[in-house]
Amino acid sequence: MTTLHINGEEKTFDAPPDTPLLWVLRDVLGMTGTKFGCGIAQCGACTVHVDGKPVRSCLLPVSAVGDRAVTTIEGIGATDAGARVQKAWLALEVIQCGYCQSGQIMSAAALLASTPHPDDSDINAAMAGNICRCGTYVRIREAIKRAAGEREEAKNG
Amino acid sequence: MAKLDTTRRGVLATGLTGTFLFAFHLPVRAFTEPEEAPDSTQGKFAPNAFIRIDRTGKITLVMPQVEMGQGVYTSIPMIIAEELDADFAQVAFEHAPANEKLYANPMLGVQATGNSNSVRAWWKPLRTAGATAKAMLVEAAAQQWKVDPASCTAANSVVTHTASGRKLAYGQLVDAAAKVAPPKNVTLKDPKDFVLIGRRVKRLDTPNKTDGKVVYGIDAMLPGMKFATIEASPVLGGKVAQVDQAAAMKVPGVEKVIVLDDMVAVVGQHFWAAKKGLEAANVTWNDGANAKVNSAQIWNELRAASRKDGLVAKQRGDAAKALGDGEKVEAAYEMPFLAHATMEPMNCTVQLKPDSCEIWLGTQIMARVQSTAAQLTGLPPEKVIVHNHLLGGGFGRRLEPDMALKAIRVAQHLNGEPVKVVWTREEDLRHDVYRPVYRDVIQASLKDGRIKGWKYKVSGSSVVARWLPPAFTGNHDIDFDTVDSAVDTPYDLPDFRVEVVRCEPPGVTTGFWRGVGPNNNVFAIECFMDELAKKAGKDPVQFRLDHLHGSPRHQAVLKLVAEKSGWGSPLPERVGRGVSVQPSFASYIATVVEAEVDHDGEVRLRRVTCAVDTGIAVNPDTIEAQLQGGLIFGLTAALYGDVPIKHGRVQLSNFNDYRMLRIDQTPPIAVHVVKSAEPPGGIGETGVTAGPPALRNAIFAATGIPLRRMPVDREVLAGRKQA
Amino acid sequence: MREWYLGRSHTMRRILIAIAVVVAVIVAAGLWIVTGPGPLAFAQGEKVALSDYKGADPTGVPASLKTASLVERGAWLAKAADCEVCHTAKGGTPYAGGFAFTLPFGTIYSPNITPDKETGIGNWTDAQFLNAVHKGLDDEGQHLYPAMPYASFTRITDADALAIKAYLFSLPPVHADIPDNTLRFPFNQRWLMGVWNLFFAADERFRPDTAQSPQWNRGAYIAEALAHCGECHTPRNLAFALDNRRKFAGEVNAGWRAYNITNDSATGIGAWSDNQLFDYLSSGHAMGHGTAAGPMGEAVDQSFSRMPPEDIHALVAYLRSIPAETSDLPALAPPAPASPKEGVAIADARGKEIYEGACASCHSWTGISAITPYATLTGARAVNDPGGGNVAQAVIAGVHRSSLDGDVAMPSFGAAYSDAEIAAVANYVTARFGARPSNLTAHDVAALRKAVAQPD
Ligand code: FES
Ligand code: FES
Repeated sequence: MTTLHINGEEKTFDAPPDTPLLWVLRDVLGMTGTKFGCGIAQCGACTVHVDGKPVRSCLLPVSAVGDRAVTTIEGIGATDAGARVQKAWLALEVIQCGYCQSGQIMSAAALLASTPHPDDSDINAAMAGNICRCGTYVRIREAIKRAAGEREEAKNG
Repeated sequence: MAKLDTTRRGVLATGLTGTFLFAFHLPVRAFTEPEEAPDSTQGKFAPNAFIRIDRTGKITLVMPQVEMGQGVYTSIPMIIAEELDADFAQVAFEHAPANEKLYANPMLGVQATGNSNSVRAWWKPLRTAGATAKAMLVEAAAQQWKVDPASCTAANSVVTHTASGRKLAYGQLVDAAAKVAPPKNVTLKDPKDFVLIGRRVKRLDTPNKTDGKVVYGIDAMLPGMKFATIEASPVLGGKVAQVDQAAAMKVPGVEKVIVLDDMVAVVGQHFWAAKKGLEAANVTWNDGANAKVNSAQIWNELRAASRKDGLVAKQRGDAAKALGDGEKVEAAYEMPFLAHATMEPMNCTVQLKPDSCEIWLGTQIMARVQSTAAQLTGLPPEKVIVHNHLLGGGFGRRLEPDMALKAIRVAQHLNGEPVKVVWTREEDLRHDVYRPVYRDVIQASLKDGRIKGWKYKVSGSSVVARWLPPAFTGNHDIDFDTVDSAVDTPYDLPDFRVEVVRCEPPGVTTGFWRGVGPNNNVFAIECFMDELAKKAGKDPVQFRLDHLHGSPRHQAVLKLVAEKSGWGSPLPERVGRGVSVQPSFASYIATVVEAEVDHDGEVRLRRVTCAVDTGIAVNPDTIEAQLQGGLIFGLTAALYGDVPIKHGRVQLSNFNDYRMLRIDQTPPIAVHVVKSAEPPGGIGETGVTAGPPALRNAIFAATGIPLRRMPVDREVLAGRKQA
Repeated sequence: MREWYLGRSHTMRRILIAIAVVVAVIVAAGLWIVTGPGPLAFAQGEKVALSDYKGADPTGVPASLKTASLVERGAWLAKAADCEVCHTAKGGTPYAGGFAFTLPFGTIYSPNITPDKETGIGNWTDAQFLNAVHKGLDDEGQHLYPAMPYASFTRITDADALAIKAYLFSLPPVHADIPDNTLRFPFNQRWLMGVWNLFFAADERFRPDTAQSPQWNRGAYIAEALAHCGECHTPRNLAFALDNRRKFAGEVNAGWRAYNITNDSATGIGAWSDNQLFDYLSSGHAMGHGTAAGPMGEAVDQSFSRMPPEDIHALVAYLRSIPAETSDLPALAPPAPASPKEGVAIADARGKEIYEGACASCHSWTGISAITPYATLTGARAVNDPGGGNVAQAVIAGVHRSSLDGDVAMPSFGAAYSDAEIAAVANYVTARFGARPSNLTAHDVAALRKAVAQPD
């Protein structure tokens, strides 16, 4: 039995230690918000946070997580950066098919948490690992800037 | 002899009047006759197959088209709600069940989503459905108030008697309205009175896509579910040779190894177990007849075919004679196979019991999944229940039922437990139906800066012949898709001939790929227009304008895009602008790509500008988004898309070798939507068609090298290889 | 006139002296080369014939297999000698040959060593097989090229060699014709190899060193006779022979650089702990020292990972005795900063662009992978190699290795990324995570691809 801290809750389950976190989330715990796109860390669809850092869960063995905190798309709205990203995503209507967007939102939330005022080069560095087959990149860039701006408004206001 | 009209519109229109659709027995209903709603339960007003209103006023709309990102779950509700005068905040959607009778696409004749025609096809029928339902609600209110319905108005889900100011909400009227006879004729709104259509309405499907709540086919979860993954023969027609079942069974979590003729499945407690089990099974294959197929052979066959005379798809004037008049120019363009690579890999969940089959997936073809599943299982179609989902990308890949059939074949070896079959990305890329390779040969003659004769011959596979055979045979063996934008070109070409040669590649199944036939036609034509312009010593935009007198809407978008893109303004060394114009999917689009080519042949996109006249823009925000996304989809293919074949096998594994454009390579994309009162055109595929020729022409402008093959060959641009 | 004559004679003399010096230098250099030490000369104890050695037998299979059948023993020895890697074409049947060695003067294909009578070695006698392994002669007495490491294999005992033969003869025969070699003159003159052998390939079985421990001798046998480490890791001299004066100091072979595995602490493995060496050999990965890729990855997968711990310990003990040689490589760099904006910048922006899209998800911006230590770049010699070649090769071919902890894979990017892009990303990676940036060009990458190219 393994126990993980996911979105502030303890989850206990049984899975071989080399099982990537992605499949524990999706198939064992039924948390299907985190997506499978490639399985080789090339698309970013499976991005989760481990202690606040974005990690591709499709390659991360569940045994390597330890007692670090895992946050998934289901829980990211509870963080300040995550909530702002979700809001900006809807305000600018970023999403098309949406399949990549759990990963995009997780990557963007991690970026904002570590870099409150990302410029284009920060956005590239943080987001280029996330493929969007629908091609929502132009709006992703805008939405990240908007989400970053909102904190400013909140602070100033 | 009947006049041939082989445009997509023509053929589809013919289809509607009965030729090939009859063969399918798929009558398209007149929507003024309300259908009996499949679940018209007590306490609901369900005037037809699309609208349900309950006593709380909640309006549920049944979506006859599927949502794969194109925004149709918002634009279709907008169309209905507009005529229904519904409060959009109370509108929710529901996936339609498989029902060809109720939900066949009026333009396709089948329950399918594709061809960028959801809005086009349903524009009239759904407005009528909405208007009819509203008339019934108004009638119900008028009866209650004992007034003339004409003295009442409706807005925001409320009927108002204008004179007395009395009001009744739709929710209060559902029981009475259910008893009202539907009117035979309703008048639709004048577009100037639209309150929803034309507004940037927020999408209905996106909130759940931000917090992980959305459920795609791959997210289906059922009690007692098993997880499986499959490996099908890497060579078309190959058979399983050896499987190390014992090794697979040793993998923790593996429960079963299913060895079929041409496919092996491993079933386990989760996908990871199944995947590791399948790797351990180390499947080997007897490749069969296609073992030696390779790209070179396919190209040789296609090139040979393209030298034959083709069937005439369309002609006017005397192309042969006109080609003798002036300077003759000829070029051949070659397009590669392409994979769809939907972000959600192929998958399907099936629960097969002796007397029923339930299927969970995301598909563009509900009814076909149902009928082919019925065939495979031997069950009557009504015992096959298909649960559709939001699609994690379709792009034409989900116009095929193969993922469902393979999952059923797995389920046939289980004891009634539900099984979710998820393909690895590798399996997804290697077992696609590929956009066909095409070769386009265009000849034209130029005189005094004008095109005289024009002969366009396209050679390639016919997807329609496989996918909808009656539409092929019923059209004299001419695939309307292959020649779509070739016969429909907007340019003034009085002496004109389009031929088509069908040539099926060995060992490869071809399929519809976002942008379909027009991708190829527009690419060839627009590249050739640039080459002609250069020969004629004309600016590419001006040369096009000179040949667009017959199409003012094209002229307008071309002028607009030239202005917005800064066409003609100076550019740095090795930077070029390229333009393309297209008629496809009943939208009028002109695009300018600005790109830089360095000395290594690497291409950097700098800026994309697009002007679009798509008639009435139902949701301008969606149109802009679809063009931005479509352009990226097309530019990705132009830069990287190729599916090499060797030893009968697709030489792709994952995104490491089927490469995608990423955010850091994406330029700013500006989309200018032209206001129009014309009926809406299609939009979902147009950007895909627009990008590649404009990019290729930008490269031509930057380097002087006229690329004639896709994808862009960086070796050629670096001067290390002949074009 | 006379002055002219004198002057001329003076000049003549100067020329003659110069010629004499040049000749002397050439002869001396030649002598220097041909009198180079053998691979075990550094260990100065007395070497004795195996039959005279008193310690535990350092040859043969590990203890656990001592009682196994001849074929089983041969199977283990064939793995230890890594026969399969070179005698298997890409995607081909094991041992059926056809693997291409691309050399500056042409291409050599490895032969089919399955027991097929027409295209393989099905008709070979024991003596013929021993001749091939020990002397580099084929069944007709023709010289083999030293791509076949007979200069090392000559140390394999007859018994071990014949066990390998027995194993090979137990395999199903595969009829597989091998392409002809395409060597240019004079390299296509096989008899010349006879001359070369005279100087550079002793015909001599393994001789244990009595001053060393039995463990050391076991390590030496595995390293020098079976695993033929020096064939890649020892620099070659002008005559393409191993220069054991700089034993294990590193060399480039077939497009990959084999690094310095002497005990130099800055540029070799002197700073590695025994445990790290043990881990690296047995699993292809050592914490803080990166992951084996390319030919070393294959050596681990196919060979070292299948050896029992006592043999790996023996190898470690042996490696520990190799004299330190410095090489021209910089000391290892520490982790890079966490922010992509900090750290070494290079002029070509493409490298960073490719890295952020295709690489950073696994390798992180610091170089310390958040996913698996196998993907950590920090401390790996390849990224601290200003040549950049191994990084480029790993990008081209990917890293595909099976380890005890499951499969480890980095995808291959060679098909979809251009030479210029691969050069750019290698230059970026060496700049950011290594001690000094590489300076590869598209042209260099094309050459690297060629060096490892295999026929379809
Ligand atoms: S699924 Fe993990 S990066 Fe693609
Ligand atoms: S929104 Fe469809 S893949 Fe990104």
